[in-house]
Amino acid sequence: MEPSDAQTLAGARETRPTWPAPLPRSDDTRPLYDRIQDVIALYPERKSAVVPALRLAQDEYGWLSEQAFDEVADATGFTPAFCKSVASFYDMFRLTPTGRYEICVCTNVSCALVGAAGTMRAFERELGIHPGQTSEDGLFTLKTVECYGGCGWGPVVSVNERYHEPLPAEQVPELIAQLRADAEAGA
Amino acid sequence: MTTDLRILLDFDGDRRDIGDYERAGGYRQLTKALAGAPEDVVAAVDASGIRGRGGAGFPTGRKASFLPKDRKPAYLCVNADESEPGTFKDREIMLRNPHALIEGVITMSFGIGATSAFIYIRGEYRAEFEVLMAALEQARERGFVGADVLGSGYDATVVLHRGAGAYICGEETALLSSLEGERGQPRSKPPFPAVAGLYAAPTLINNVETLASVPYILEMGGAAYAEIGTERSKGTRVFSLSGNVKRPGNYEMPLTGTLRELIEGHGGGMPDGRTMKAIIPGGSSAPILMPDQIDTHIDFESIAAAGSMAGSGAIIVIDDRTCMVQLALRVSEFYKHESCGKCTPCREGTRWGVDIIRRIEMGEARQGELDLLLNVCDRILGNCLCPLGDAMAMPVASYVTHFRDEFQRHIDEGGCPFTERSPISGLYHEPAAVS
Repeated sequence: MEPSDAQTLAGARETRPTWPAPLPRSDDTRPLYDRIQDVIALYPERKSAVVPALRLAQDEYGWLSEQAFDEVADATGFTPAFCKSVASFYDMFRLTPTGRYEICVCTNVSCALVGAAGTMRAFERELGIHPGQTSEDGLFTLKTVECYGGCGWGPVVSVNERYHEPLPAEQVPELIAQLRADAEAGA
Repeated sequence: MTTDLRILLDFDGDRRDIGDYERAGGYRQLTKALAGAPEDVVAAVDASGIRGRGGAGFPTGRKASFLPKDRKPAYLCVNADESEPGTFKDREIMLRNPHALIEGVITMSFGIGATSAFIYIRGEYRAEFEVLMAALEQARERGFVGADVLGSGYDATVVLHRGAGAYICGEETALLSSLEGERGQPRSKPPFPAVAGLYAAPTLINNVETLASVPYILEMGGAAYAEIGTERSKGTRVFSLSGNVKRPGNYEMPLTGTLRELIEGHGGGMPDGRTMKAIIPGGSSAPILMPDQIDTHIDFESIAAAGSMAGSGAIIVIDDRTCMVQLALRVSEFYKHESCGKCTPCREGTRWGVDIIRRIEMGEARQGELDLLLNVCDRILGNCLCPLGDAMAMPVASYVTHFRDEFQRHIDEGGCPFTERSPISGLYHEPAAVS
């Protein structure tokens, strides 16, 4: 197998800006309903708060269950059906339970040109699942996604919304081992 | 004219800290603007000749002038939904120079008399969202954002709104639908957002790079900014270079440069042993240019004259290994996935396009299907509320036009002749063996 372009193009990283350290998780422990009221207050019309409210609910429960939709509908003053119709339009909302680590592989043009297929196959081999599936132990969900805006540093992969760029196929086993160790350690 | 003039990103590292930004002259233009008349801001932007850096390239000053005066409320929306495949420059501006965006937003809000500003940032940009949140907080502490900015009597409200994953929300009317809490579907124009935009109020929608340029335009003066670039394409632009080049990345250049200066000068050219097959000059929705067009200038008019569009400023370089049918499939699958389903030609046409191209790649297409594909593209073009369908039709038609023999070979030979070499193959064909 040829070395992936991400390796031969290591020069790419010189131009990459440094990413900030992730912010700690919010320590706001108030009920979802109250936090959604804060969001509603930001907008001239409360309907604008539906998408942010859905995100808060998803962060709370990991995915958008019937109960989550009921809570969002109750807190925003819209019907569950309306909230579902909005959520189903957007790729980032999860309408089914998801593994502890959601792994998204960008397969759009720029990433595809520099080895995204190899990275995707490496995840399939390592996890024994295909895109759209969750591993039996509930640890990993694998997805392919459209352009993440990391085109200069592909192939781009995100793990629970944090970008890894580039993530060539060769580095996949190491990443998975690390995530398994993190899960084991309860991180 | 020097090809390495930079304005927006003319420094190493980042200026996330407000102190660094202020030491470099930051927030002085906002201070000055607040002491003068709001019209002066729009007049300077108009004089600069800057054109929108999102994709359409509409003159920013003129767009701002379309807002009716004194109709309240009025809003400024910042399009930070950077999603056109190949484009990653707004992201770098937000990460490295977030206060330039915030200063531009407040200054422009003041200029058009906006009641509030909304920054619509794509949901995937979580790190960028956090950087902007922190920068806004700093700006608030220093009195640049909030009630009665610097004692001017102007109240600047900025709301940072995260999208949730939909390419179409970069289209300005879809962005408004999404920001209002709906599915992100485009609306028919007219009425234009300047008259009936967010919550049916007058609304100006500008791209991140455009607004981040405003403080620099005010600092230089509109006329001085207009001296950079060509007659109709002013200033510098941040180009996102990706694909098969040695040094991909964002490169800011004056709009007098050429694709060769970008690809070979900044990007270091092709990886060793490869030759160029095609150039995508304005994001994946742009028709391709051929290698002999590499001396094309990078301004809006020159790229249009060469048969494509400058679009979002994303240049993707394609090397000789790449199968153009696979590329067409990958591009059209994207637009099919992102089609919101509102307009029939796009909803049906992107599906048809993908189905035909897939049959060609898999060797299942009949003779004549290439013309059917061109026919489908033709029926989409210009027939929808927004340009998403066109964004599939234009590049696909250009691939077929420039590489008709390659498409035909797939049909004649009953499959893809390039499976072994093409880097995109693995998305569509099982690898020969897994070691």
